[in-house]
Amino acid sequence: MSGTLQVVFSGRRLLFLVTAGGVFVTLSILVFMIVLGLPLFTSNSFSLILTQDWAPDRGFFGIFPFICGTLAIVTLSLLLAFPLSLGNAVLIHLLLPPVAAKFLHRVVKMMTGIPTVIYGFVGIFLLVPFVREWFDSGSGMSILSAALLLALLISPTMILVFVESFAAIPKSQVRAVAALGGNLRQKLIYLYLPGAQNGILTGLLLATGRALGDTMIALMVAGNATAQPESLLDPVRTLTAHIALVMAADFDSIEFKTIFACGIILYLWTATLTLTLRFLPYGVLKSRLNRGLS
Amino acid sequence: MNRVYDCLLYFSAGICGLLLLGAVAGLTGFLLWHGLPVLGLELFFGSLKIGEIVDVIFLQQVVVDGLWPAVVGTCLLVLMALSTALPLGLGAGIYLAEYAGGKAKTLFSLTFDLLAGVPSIVIGLFGFSLTLYLHRQFSSLTPCLLISGLSLALLVLPYLVRTTQTALEDLPDSLRLTAAALGAEKSATIILVLLPQALPGIFSGVVLAIGRAAEDTAVIMLTGVVATAGIPRSLFDNYEALPFYIFYTASQFSDQHELQQGFGAALVLLIICVLLFTGAGLIRKKASYRLLYHSK
Repeated sequence: MSGTLQVVFSGRRLLFLVTAGGVFVTLSILVFMIVLGLPLFTSNSFSLILTQDWAPDRGFFGIFPFICGTLAIVTLSLLLAFPLSLGNAVLIHLLLPPVAAKFLHRVVKMMTGIPTVIYGFVGIFLLVPFVREWFDSGSGMSILSAALLLALLISPTMILVFVESFAAIPKSQVRAVAALGGNLRQKLIYLYLPGAQNGILTGLLLATGRALGDTMIALMVAGNATAQPESLLDPVRTLTAHIALVMAADFDSIEFKTIFACGIILYLWTATLTLTLRFLPYGVLKSRLNRGLS
Repeated sequence: MNRVYDCLLYFSAGICGLLLLGAVAGLTGFLLWHGLPVLGLELFFGSLKIGEIVDVIFLQQVVVDGLWPAVVGTCLLVLMALSTALPLGLGAGIYLAEYAGGKAKTLFSLTFDLLAGVPSIVIGLFGFSLTLYLHRQFSSLTPCLLISGLSLALLVLPYLVRTTQTALEDLPDSLRLTAAALGAEKSATIILVLLPQALPGIFSGVVLAIGRAAEDTAVIMLTGVVATAGIPRSLFDNYEALPFYIFYTASQFSDQHELQQGFGAALVLLIICVLLFTGAGLIRKKASYRLLYHSK
């Protein structure tokens, strides 16, 4: 008897169970959403949900406008944040004198600690009125406002990864380029950008994941309109905001079931990003690093 | 011509830096400008006297007009999330670093990466679905503090696993070999030798997890936070929380005073989170310094 007890409670077994529990919960998130959204799949209306407009009064429960809204905001924020992050990473690693570079690096690290709800809050009272006055259209809550704030939210992630991958480039190569008389621009184009391409891709994918998963900025400053957006100044609703907004509805309605479709889409998108990150060819970077050290 | 390109490079990089610093300065400056004047006891306790504030802390008096219930709610959330996630995260981290090998390790750490990538609103949706499911069994269960705490635990679990795992894996192999040479069993090595050495790294992960649990709004929005609830009396009560208070004020404020309170709350949350994240960074730095110079 004491023998079996010992086996069951042995440390290793216990730790394994804990770890397996984590795996179980991660998978059950997806299973739960599929089970609760099941009527959507069985009644053959899933393709309709993915492609139709959202007009509950006319019987349309499509989340297509929200998919478009999400993609529009994420794409625009990446387009804004990528050059911004690259510029800052170059500043920190290459251009600025040590003291100033350290300061900028500190500020970027601090930015990772700013809560998203605070970006949203400041966005409503500072950025939205500005966009409203400047472009003279509607309420100011729009794709543009949300993308600007989101760019600010995802930049620190990218900058930190970029700086790290710049720093991983072997010193011997840096010196070799310097010895050949390469100036800063040539170093950047022929050494740093090609050498850090895996790191740059990693940063981009991580930032995309953060942008896709953000709820508060989109909910607070994107306007949450259900119509298909036509310009950058149109208000949109994202998939995340849709989940937050429909909660109040009746639990048995199709309206309510659509939030599980949103959840499943978000889960699958972020899972794809994670898997892509996992299978990036890091080997190249690592072998270069080792050669540089030896 | 090359000169022009060089100048262009310097110029655009400079602009990027200025834009970023300007945005951060604008954001913090705006919050400080509006939030600093209201920062004080009144922000938390409304118009209560000092003596009454003591009563509030011992739950003898209710705060009507102040952040106190939201602060208490956030603290309870953090406490619940951490007390659930910490043992699990430590356990899984130790297993991944010291026991798991080969395919199992790859599979398990991939799953925790997946969990780390799941958007917080989806975790909130999971908590909500769980409540719906449990509601059929126990009809008295509605979204509440318990559900929120557990959902937040799920949110911070991957951080704790990852920091524990890397803190252990970064330890020099000489430690493991020495312990083994002295005849220590594996479990004894882990508990008496490796964990104490890895403690600063693990601790930085805990601080980071506290920050994540305190700032997250999406999870609690779906799992039981409300605008006015006072201090929760049990785990099955609704509650208030700082980030939700900020979100709610931004859209629902009715007068200047409420808006001011919102700015105060935003400033308080910003200060707490920035301190926590900076603290985590400092601890990690200390830890790596110790590893480099003291443990070998």
